[in-house]
Amino acid sequence: MYDTIIIGAGMSGLAAGIRLTHFDQRVCILERHYTIGGLNSFYRLRGRDYDVGLHAVTNFTPKGTKQGPLARVLKQLRFRWDDFALSPQIGSSIRFPDVELDFGNGLELLCQEIEAKFPAQVDNFQRLLEKLIEYNDLDQAAFESSAREVLCETITDPLLIEMILCPLMWYGNARENDMDYGQFCIMFRSIFMEGLSRPFAGVRLILKNLVRRFRELGGELKLRSGVRQIRSEDGRVVGVELDDGTLVEGRNVLSSAGQVETLRLCDDITDVDDRNTGQLSFVESVSVLDCEPKQLGHDRTIVFYNDSERFHWQVPKDELCDIRTGVICSPNNFAYDAGDGCLPDGVMRVTSIANHRKWSELAENDYELEKLRWYDQVMESAVRYVPDFRKHIVDTDMFTPKTIRRFTFHDNGAVYGAKEKVFDGTTHLKNLFLCGTDQGFVGIIGSIVSGISIANQHCLRN
Amino acid sequence: MTPAEIRNEILDILEDIAPDEDLSGLKDEVAFRDQLELDSMDFLDIVMELRKRHRVQIPEESYGELASMQSTVTYLEPLMKDLQKA
Ligand SMILES: Cc1cc2nc3c(=O)[nH]c(=O)nc-3n(C[C@H](O)[C@H](O)[C@H](O)COP(=O)(O)OP(=O)(O)OC[C@H]3O[C@@H](n4cnc5c(N)ncnc54)[C@H](O)[C@@H]3O)c2cc1C
Repeated sequence: MYDTIIIGAGMSGLAAGIRLTHFDQRVCILERHYTIGGLNSFYRLRGRDYDVGLHAVTNFTPKGTKQGPLARVLKQLRFRWDDFALSPQIGSSIRFPDVELDFGNGLELLCQEIEAKFPAQVDNFQRLLEKLIEYNDLDQAAFESSAREVLCETITDPLLIEMILCPLMWYGNARENDMDYGQFCIMFRSIFMEGLSRPFAGVRLILKNLVRRFRELGGELKLRSGVRQIRSEDGRVVGVELDDGTLVEGRNVLSSAGQVETLRLCDDITDVDDRNTGQLSFVESVSVLDCEPKQLGHDRTIVFYNDSERFHWQVPKDELCDIRTGVICSPNNFAYDAGDGCLPDGVMRVTSIANHRKWSELAENDYELEKLRWYDQVMESAVRYVPDFRKHIVDTDMFTPKTIRRFTFHDNGAVYGAKEKVFDGTTHLKNLFLCGTDQGFVGIIGSIVSGISIANQHCLRN
Repeated sequence: MTPAEIRNEILDILEDIAPDEDLSGLKDEVAFRDQLELDSMDFLDIVMELRKRHRVQIPEESYGELASMQSTVTYLEPLMKDLQKA
């Protein structure tokens, strides 16, 4: 009998596991995949290391900073700042047809850029900043109000609104078109006020730290151990049944599989309402170069681009992908420690919005062909905003919503999960709780915060 | 445990909770909150660490007693005086 069973060895599950084992609980993490990491895992292909998700760790604050999500995560998990070995970004950019806004970590550069490019909006932007400070006290209704509306009340140039929304939606918005105002505040803080960073060794460094700590504390991690059913009696979970039929008993169950996905596992529900499942998924096109991006004149860490004045954040209806907007990340362009040296290869990663249903309906042959076809189109689209790097490509990899679905089991391969979040993490069963993406916090730091707070709130109280 | 030992134990817990904090200049009579940037989650952790390490149960209504080093040691003394230092 375990004190807590955790479904999923992604960031949130591992973080929850550390909290619980630290306080002497018997904990088992059950993961269906053969490796850890979930939406932010890593893999090896043709002799090279790749990260699944990592563009940048958000919420970066320098060593010694005592407030904010990163400091809180480190404290709660008893890590030192140096354990995550985060190097800050060099500088990023939001690029629209005729305007470009650069930003770095902290608000300074962004404010200067707004002053230079939107001089009439300087005061309005300050007013927005003042409003943002209040986000801690938002109630659920205020949280779920429209970010676009709040922005329209403060900023009078529609182009600036679109440019501010673009990176924030890209890095954490589960809804189409508009964004919850509360989520907007969280993302604004984590990207513009705090900032972007990356460990030299990539996401594996963070994951290996998490899993090592969990094991040292006596936690058990079982890979290739999918949960196929959550068994309940009288409104309480009694245990879970694994894909191979094994039964595992636990006093509490914490699931990071997603809200709808978790309900579907419950033996007491036959008809799951899946209107809340997330829709937004991506294709990720990774290009390995024969040189550093800097040698081609590209020194930005991340470029968020959009090719019209209006930013479109929605699942493409008729096409496999929507490449009017995208994110271009160059892992080489972080300010790594001199002692780290250089990454083994130059890399450019481009993320584009994609339609899961369309990708998963393709026959095997067509699927491979479409991947090639869309890879070329994505490159064509991206090189309008960064120097043309295509002659320098020596290897590529591309994954689609279908891939994401296959390895994380999230409906639609949705990256930011359900549209409506379950902030208190509770379910219809008294001792079954949700953590991770669908509880409300997304991204690497967000999902770790989620695992910690749900473990604290529901599993550590006596 | 003597008050001095309890104090050391609290320092040890603080070091564990906030390994990047410099605790050498900690003033016993000043609130932790004013010198250490501890939030409510951290205070809960002090309570949980005491429970984990010494089986000392602190009821929620007494959390206020843990405001500064001085008040914490005073509050814990009767609860911990019979414990042996590990
Ligand atoms: C392409 C891409 C780029 C991204 N870029 C960034 C970035 O740059 N910065 C950033 O901060 N975030 C980024 N993210 C988002 C970030 O990766 C996620 O928000 C975060 O990893 C979510 O963690 P989680 O623990 O909530 O969920 P998950 O990682 O999905 O964990 C859930 C786990 O549960 C397992 N599981 C599901 N069902 C079962 C079952 N029935 N039984 C057992 N196990 C099960 C899954 O296999 C999975 O491992 C990116 C994501 C993607 C896909």
